[in-house]
Amino acid sequence: MEHSRGNRLFHGVNILVLGIVALVTVFPIYYVFVISFTETGEYLSKTIVLFPEHWSLESYRYLLSNPSMIRSVGVSAFLAVVGTLCSLVVTASLAYALSRKRLLGRRVALMLILFTILFSPGIIPNYMLVRSLGLIDNIWSLILPVLSSGWYVVLMKGFFENIPESLDEAAAIDGCNEVTAWFRIVLPLSMPAIAAFGLFYAVEYWNSYFSALLYMNDYQKWPIQVLLQNMLAENPLAEADPLLQPPPAEMLKMSAVVIATIPILCVYPFLQKHFAKGVMVGSVKG
Amino acid sequence: MSDYSAYSGKITKTHKKSGLAHIRKRLLRDKYLYCLAIPGFLFFLIFKYIPIWGVVIAFQNYSPIAGILHSPWVGLDHFQRFFSDPQFGLLFRNTMMINLLSLVFFFPLPIVLALLMNELRSEIYKRIVQSIVYLPHFLSWVIIAGLTFMLLSVSRGFVNEVLVSIGMEKIQFLNDPKLFWIILTVQSIWKECGWGTILFLAAIAGTDPQLYEASRMDGAGRFRQMWHITLPAIRNVIFILLILRLGHMMDVGFEQVFLMYNGAVSNVAEVFDTYVYRLGVQQGQFSFSTAVGLFKSVIGLVLVIGANRLAKRFGEEGIY
Repeated sequence: MEHSRGNRLFHGVNILVLGIVALVTVFPIYYVFVISFTETGEYLSKTIVLFPEHWSLESYRYLLSNPSMIRSVGVSAFLAVVGTLCSLVVTASLAYALSRKRLLGRRVALMLILFTILFSPGIIPNYMLVRSLGLIDNIWSLILPVLSSGWYVVLMKGFFENIPESLDEAAAIDGCNEVTAWFRIVLPLSMPAIAAFGLFYAVEYWNSYFSALLYMNDYQKWPIQVLLQNMLAENPLAEADPLLQPPPAEMLKMSAVVIATIPILCVYPFLQKHFAKGVMVGSVKG
Repeated sequence: MSDYSAYSGKITKTHKKSGLAHIRKRLLRDKYLYCLAIPGFLFFLIFKYIPIWGVVIAFQNYSPIAGILHSPWVGLDHFQRFFSDPQFGLLFRNTMMINLLSLVFFFPLPIVLALLMNELRSEIYKRIVQSIVYLPHFLSWVIIAGLTFMLLSVSRGFVNEVLVSIGMEKIQFLNDPKLFWIILTVQSIWKECGWGTILFLAAIAGTDPQLYEASRMDGAGRFRQMWHITLPAIRNVIFILLILRLGHMMDVGFEQVFLMYNGAVSNVAEVFDTYVYRLGVQQGQFSFSTAVGLFKSVIGLVLVIGANRLAKRFGEEGIY
C-alpha cells in the first residue's frame, strides 16, 4: 500500500467529492424538514432559515386536522399494503411456475411477457379498459392494472430458478402438489427476495400518482401524492377548518412533502438491507 | 432432449417432437404449476394484451357512444394529420433534446460515481454515502417536483433567497424556457445517479483482485488500473444499459415533465406522452391521441430491437 503524496491527495479529494455529493443529495430533504418544523413568525421574518430557532408543529397540526389529508394518507397506506400483497402473490406464483424448466409453453410465455416490456399500447387503451371494467373512481383501479410487471416476473423467475426442481419431487413424495409446495416450502425459503420485491412494490404503490390522476375523479379517494400535487399547484385544501389560521402556504407545502416522504424514510433501512440482494437477483443469468 | 426421469412416481419421458398424447400428458402432469400461473396469466391477458386491441381506434373516428365496433374507420387519416402538424416537429425536438442531454450528462455519472465509491478505503464512509445517494430513487416525482419548487421558486425558493441575500436579483427559474431542460436533467441526476451505481458496483466487485495485484507489480498506477481493468470489467453492463437507453429515446418520464409543466415553458416541455394526455384524456380526442401514442410505441419498439441487434453485432449479450 503506497502512501505517496499523489495517492493521499487522491484519497483526500475523493472523500471530499463524495462528501459533497452526499451533502447535495441530502440538502433538499434536510431543508424541507427544517422549514416544516419552523414557526410561522420566524419563517415570515427571516429570509433564510437553515436551522429554526423555535421548533413548531403548527404546520402539521393544521394539516393533520384536515380530513382530506388523513383520508389520502389512508388511501395510500391501503394501496401500499393490500396492493403489495396482491402483487407479490400474482408475480411470485407466475414467476415460480415459469422457473420450472419442465413447463410446456414456458418459452412462449416468457416471450409474450418480454413483449409487454417492450411495447405498450398507451394511455388511452388502458383508460378505456379500466372504464369498461367499471373501475373509474374505484380504488382497485390503482391496483389491478399494475399488479405485476414483466420486469419483476423475469427477475423473480431468475431467482426461483436457483431452487432445484428436485425439491418438487421431494415435496411430491410427501404428498404435496406444486401449489402447496410453493406456498409452504419455496416462499419461506425465498423470504429475502420476496421481501426485497415487496418493498419495491410498496414504494411504487405509495408513490402512485398518474393512475390516480387518470382514474380517480372523486377527490375523497385521492392518494397522498395527488393531494400533495394539488397543494403544490396552489389549490387550497378542501375541508379546511375555517376556524384555524393556516400557516403560510409554503410551510404547508413542505409539511405535506414531509408527510408524503416519512413512510419511505421509515421503510428505507429495511430496503437497504434487502434491496442489494434483490437487485443482484436479476444478474443471475436465467 | 430427455426430460424428468422420475416425478411423482410416474416415469415421464418426453421427446422433442411431442405427439398430441404427449402434450396432454405434460399438461396433466404439471396441472398444478399451471394453476399457480393462472392469476399472473389472467393479469397479463386482461391488463396487458387486451388493451393492445384498443389501438385499433387509432384507425377510426372513435366515439365512446358508438364503441369500437360501430365507430367509422378512417385508415391513416390521424397519422397524416399528425405528421403534417407542426406540433409533431416540436414534440420530436423536445423529446430528443431531453434524452440527448440525459445521455450526455446523466449517463456517465453513475459510472464515475461507482468508480469513485469503489476507491474508498473506509467501509463505513462508503456505506453512509451509499445510503444517502440511494434514497432519492424511492421518492415520487411529486415529491421531487415539490423539492424543486421549494428550491427554485420565485416566492420563497431557497436559491432565490440566497441570491437576494448576496444582493442579486431573483431569477425566474421555473418559468424560463431556456432552463427547463437543464432543470429536468439535474432532477434526473439527483434522483437516479446514486441508484444507478448499484449495477456498476456489483460488476466491479466481481472483478478478480489478482488482476489488480498483477498490474500493480507491473507498475500501473490507480488510473491505469481503472482504465485497463475496472472499465473493461463493467463494459458489458455499460453496453446493455446503453442499449436500453437508446431503446427508450422516445420516452420521457411523463410524471416528471407533467409536474414541471407550465404555460411559460409549454414550447419546450411538450413531449409525446404529455401531448397524448392533453389531447386524449383532457380534450377527449381519443382516436387521434391513440394514433400519436401508437406511433411513439412502435418507434420505441423498433429502436429497442435495433439497439439489441446492434449490441449482438458487437459481441455483447443483448437483453433478450
